[in-house]
Formats: sequence, structure tokens, C-alpha cells
Amino acid sequence: MLKKAIVLAGAAALTGLASTAVLAGPDDDELVIDGETFVTELPGFEGSPLDPIYSGWRFRDDATQALEMDDFENPAFVFVEQAAESWETVEGTEGKSCASCHGAVEESMKGVRASMPSYNEAAGELWSLENYVNFCRTERMGADALKWDGDELNAMTALIALQSRGMPMAPVIDGPAAEWFERGKEIYYTRYGQLELSCANCHEDHTGDMIRADHLSQGQINGFPTYRFKNTKLNSAHGRFKGCIRDTRAETFAPGSPEFRALELYVAWRGQGLSIESPSVRN
Amino acid sequence: MKRLAPLAIGAALVSAAAWADTAPGDVAFTDGAVEQSLTGKPGDAANGRVVLGDRGQGNCVACHQVSEMADVPWHGEIGPPLDGVGDRWSEAELRGIVSNAKMMFDGTMMPSFYKVDGFIRPGDAYTGNAAEVVTPILSAEQVEDVVAYLMTLKE
Repeated sequence: MLKKAIVLAGAAALTGLASTAVLAGPDDDELVIDGETFVTELPGFEGSPLDPIYSGWRFRDDATQALEMDDFENPAFVFVEQAAESWETVEGTEGKSCASCHGAVEESMKGVRASMPSYNEAAGELWSLENYVNFCRTERMGADALKWDGDELNAMTALIALQSRGMPMAPVIDGPAAEWFERGKEIYYTRYGQLELSCANCHEDHTGDMIRADHLSQGQINGFPTYRFKNTKLNSAHGRFKGCIRDTRAETFAPGSPEFRALELYVAWRGQGLSIESPSVRN
Repeated sequence: MKRLAPLAIGAALVSAAAWADTAPGDVAFTDGAVEQSLTGKPGDAANGRVVLGDRGQGNCVACHQVSEMADVPWHGEIGPPLDGVGDRWSEAELRGIVSNAKMMFDGTMMPSFYKVDGFIRPGDAYTGNAAEVVTPILSAEQVEDVVAYLMTLKE
């Protein structure tokens, strides 16, 4: 697959500037997985900063798109299968696995990803899916917390997210989540680092444009965790946020930090209604 | 102009032109333009072309198309194409835009290549760690080289 990606990049480079014009904007392809059609485009909702709203899938080349359309070809499923084994595996001092309490992941986790991140009353803060997984591990299983944006945790969140695949993104932003939403919005529009770039500079103001060899999407997170060719593994939304802010020549925030959880909520809201594609495939 | 005198004396003692560079905080903008060379001498257009294309230096083509640089792959579409900028802008205006475009275009997305303060969470290059000392993205010499190259882009 990597070889194919390199050949594609080489071919595009040969055609030079002409290639950028061809790529401008999202394409018109339809995402179908297992006979189910996914929502990759929809009109902006009331108060939406974007209209239309597009999944990042629409900005990728045909070869990348095709991989996501076939679970046997989708490289993310290797990791999902590993997580399915972990789900059944007893770990920690309490002699429990995930399945001990939650049973079949296909049943118990259906729909969970759609409202992530969500405000957790008991903790008094906004939690990402990773927080819930690690809470179970440390408080119920007596096991160690998994590393944020690490392979094991990303595989587990991919397995859980897969149970909501095809469902619309539906984060809750009112009530106690409201202050997290506002913080996330502020972060989205802050021009960080020595390049002084905000998320909005690229993903709101220049959607569809090329920035060097990158075709800018709206930066939606409906496909996370996502398998990327860039590092040939699963990536969390927080891991991607970290990379983006680092690339503004800034001191980034840490995956799992309150800042990135707030940003995750805000970005999830910007993509509400898009079908969850996790685990998606991107370059 | 007062920097030229120390340059003449300094050049006799040390050959380092850096000694005479205008510091980022001392650059004098007039309506967004900078009249005086940051190094006190003309830039090298050939090296400027390298700076424009190199991801580790200016990486200007990440956002701008330049027909004359068609051999360098992947030109972006974020900013205006640079073809003919040598006709459209004066050398002083180009120096101002490259040094700190926000002085001429309020709120522009274009990074400030010769500035060291006013940043939010500045990083140590692209490590993601905090910067201990903020150095400009381009040196005074690189800015002058870029300006010299841009002045060659005539329609």
C-alpha cells in the first residue's frame, strides 16, 4: 500500500501544478461499507460554522477511499481484532475482563462512540472514550491505565467505536458540557505557535485547498481512531491534534489533556450528523 | 542608517556580516514596508530560490505557486501565486511582507518570518516542546535572499 501511495505521489508531482486544480475541493464519491451508505456530506445545521459539512474521506484519493470501503482491506482491522481479544482477556487484580461486566462488545458498546466526548457527572469533567476505558481498567479491573494515543488504547477505542459505525455524530454540548465546548471553541480559533496558525486558518478558511502536498479537509473527527499511512498505525483524534499544533511550531498540548478533550467536543459538534466511520483510513 | 557605520568598522575586524544584522525587534516598518536591507547588503537570489522551496527553511511554496520553480514539487494554493511579484511590489514592500506580513495585511494567515515575540505557546522548532529561546524562522540573510529572488519574478 505504501508503495502504491508513493507511486501516486510521484505521478502527481510529474503533472506539477495542474494536479492541484484537479484536487481542489471534496470529490463526489459515495462511501458504502457492507452495503450501507454513509453520510459524508450534509448541509450545515443551525449555527454551523460549515456548510456543507464534509467527512475527510471525501478529500482522499480513490485508492485510500477504497481501503476504507472493504473491512478485509482496511489495515485498521488488524488492530481491532487484537482489541477484540483484549476485550475477553482477564487483566488486573480483580480477575475481570471487559467482557466480565459488559458482555458482548457488539451489544453493550453500540452507540457509545456517537456521544463522545461526554460530561461525566461523577468525575465532574468531560471524558473522552479513553477516559472511560481507563477508568474501568484502574477502578474495576485493578489493571494499569493504558497510555493515551498508545497502540493498545487506540485499538480498544477503535473496537468500541466500530460498534457505532454508520451512526451520526451526536455530541451533547449543553448543561455542564457547555463550558468545555466554549473552551474548545476558543482553542480552535487561537493562532498558536511561531507560524501563528489556528485550526480554522486551514480547516475552515481553506478547506479543499492544497498546502504543499496536503489536501486540506475540514478536520472532522468522525473517522477516529483512524489508520494513517503516515505512521502505519491507528491514531487518536488527540494524537492528530497534537501533530497539527506541533506543526504550527508550537508547544503542543498532551493527548488526554483537558485542552484536547475540550477541543474534541467542539470539533465533534462541527461534524454532528456525519456518519461515524471508525476505524477510517487516511493518508 | 546608523547601523551602516558600525558595519564598516566591524567588517574590518570580523568578517561576520551577522554583526550588522537588524535585530527582529528593530525592524522599521513604514506602511508595512521595510526600506533598509536587514543585512545592510543585497541578497543572493539563487539561494533565495532554495529557501523558498526547502521545507526546512522558508517552505514558501507550501502556500504559494511559483511557475519559475516548476521543478520543485507540490505548490500550495493558500496564498496568491508569486508570479510577477517583482512587478507588483517594491523591494521594500516585499521585505516587509516576508519579515512580518501582518504589518501590511491585518490578520493575514501568512506567518511572520522575521519576528521573535507575540507568539502563543511558541515551540522549539517542530518538536512540540516549548521554545527556550525564540529565533526567527528565517535569518536576516535568508530574508534578503528571498527578497532578491522575488524581485526576479517579473511578468
